Amino acid sequence: MSLFASIRQGRQGYLLSAPALALYVCLLVIPLLLTLVLSFNVFDYSSGINGNAYTLDHYSSLLGDPYFYEIFLRTFWISGLTTLLCVVIGVPEAYILSRMGTPWRSIFLILILTPLLISVVVRAFGWSLLLGADGLVNQTLQALGGSPMKLLYTPFAVVIALVHVMLPFMIIPVWTSLQKLDPAAEQAALSLGASHLTVMRKVVLPQIMPGVLSGTLIVFGLAASSFAIPGLLGGRRLKMVATLIYDQYLSELNWPMGAAIAVALLLLNLLIMLSWNRMIEGRYKKSLG
Amino acid sequence: MSKNGPFALLFHALVVLFMLAPLVVVCLVAFTPENTLSLPTTHFSLRWFRAVFERADFVDAFYNSLILAFCAATLATLIAVPAALAITRYEFPGRSFFNGLFLSPIIIPHLVLGVALLRLFALMGVNGSFGWLIFAHVLVITPYVLRLVLASAIGLDRSAEHAAQSLGAGRFTLFKQITLPMILPGVAGGWLLAFINSFDEVTLSIFVTSPATQTLPVRMYVYATESIDPMMAAVSALVIGLTALTMILLDRVYGLDRVLVGKQ
Repeated sequence: MSLFASIRQGRQGYLLSAPALALYVCLLVIPLLLTLVLSFNVFDYSSGINGNAYTLDHYSSLLGDPYFYEIFLRTFWISGLTTLLCVVIGVPEAYILSRMGTPWRSIFLILILTPLLISVVVRAFGWSLLLGADGLVNQTLQALGGSPMKLLYTPFAVVIALVHVMLPFMIIPVWTSLQKLDPAAEQAALSLGASHLTVMRKVVLPQIMPGVLSGTLIVFGLAASSFAIPGLLGGRRLKMVATLIYDQYLSELNWPMGAAIAVALLLLNLLIMLSWNRMIEGRYKKSLG
Repeated sequence: MSKNGPFALLFHALVVLFMLAPLVVVCLVAFTPENTLSLPTTHFSLRWFRAVFERADFVDAFYNSLILAFCAATLATLIAVPAALAITRYEFPGRSFFNGLFLSPIIIPHLVLGVALLRLFALMGVNGSFGWLIFAHVLVITPYVLRLVLASAIGLDRSAEHAAQSLGAGRFTLFKQITLPMILPGVAGGWLLAFINSFDEVTLSIFVTSPATQTLPVRMYVYATESIDPMMAAVSALVIGLTALTMILLDRVYGLDRVLVGKQ
């Protein structure tokens, strides 16, 4: 069938997707392109954005200015640590959940995953209550004879709250791949005399690895671009990329610079995702063939 | 009943505590009779809930969010249902590209979408308009509806449709009488999930709202960066209550475990 014939055949399909396509072109494709153009526009604090003049200044200061460099670096280590903690907590937790009997399994699954649906502002506020100078954590510390610590407005607070927000995104894909696991394989290995540790390492982990890796990707991407958590728990001085972009747009009013940082964030995110995918594919190919 | 050892159960208990602690603390502090952020020790008081309803800015923001989430979820459903049917039942060039494009707002950071839409709206001179805010939300919540409708439309038994068609049913009758009832759990579940996501959205909204169109999460975010008092806890407790209510509904119409971890 020629391309034209198949296009004609699929007319109904195009007709039905037309409203969605129009929405996505107008509010997704065009705004992203406009932002890309904006990031090359000349900006002057007295005259504002000059839409007719183009420059690479924003990108060169992004690469050269240690202020930006430091914020990007901080964002990436905080996201990396968050991802690591989500793996360390989420993978065993998903495994424990999958070994529970009914009805506990679905009760706890829902209990652990539903915070996902509650506003991130509410959850950040909850953590500021717990970690504040006279919050519950410090009160407990004092009751135990310790001295109060500064927890709020530190990277520690940001990481804890990010782990809280991101953990469901790690548990869900791991849980899904655990569902595909055949319990008979585990039992076979055990009955052949393998230790629990060996079963874990040779039978369970290899099969849930795709879930762990896709969870890692989602968590890192979301953490690196998170806004409300660092905004509320990091305080004014602990900037992350998202809060930096917010400042550039809404307090500095330097939109082209903000656009350049947003483009850099999007590209870095995509780059990490693609190279991560490539790496995983390579490893699977190797182990399969 | 469970095959987990005591160490595993202790670990599990700590994870559950970690996930629920901030939400429980918020709900308890909301009932404090004191002026400071403290747990109620002597008795429970509703004074901070009353304080919320006396604040016009919070009440307005709440109504804004409610209307916004209702309109955006409805529009997103109207857009996602035909798109999902197109993707599941028609073969056409570009189909998998459409599928990827329509789901992409889930991967693109809301912050980037926010600044991109701010630029578009500023150029169009409609920044801060409530109508365009609705469309911005439609964009970010359509993927959620699409995913659920796709899940319920894939692998649908089409013999009833063929029967109706051969008996002379028109396209619209066919959709209304046969197809829609079969995908209804996906449509209703998608609408509710979209509603929750729109109601909670803060990162994109903070860029494209004006003081008059501020949504509740944006109002709360701005308030929390300026001052922190028990009223914030009362608002948060109300939001948690409303979300819980929507989640119960979602569980009834679609199944919460299916929404959260996919088909079992």
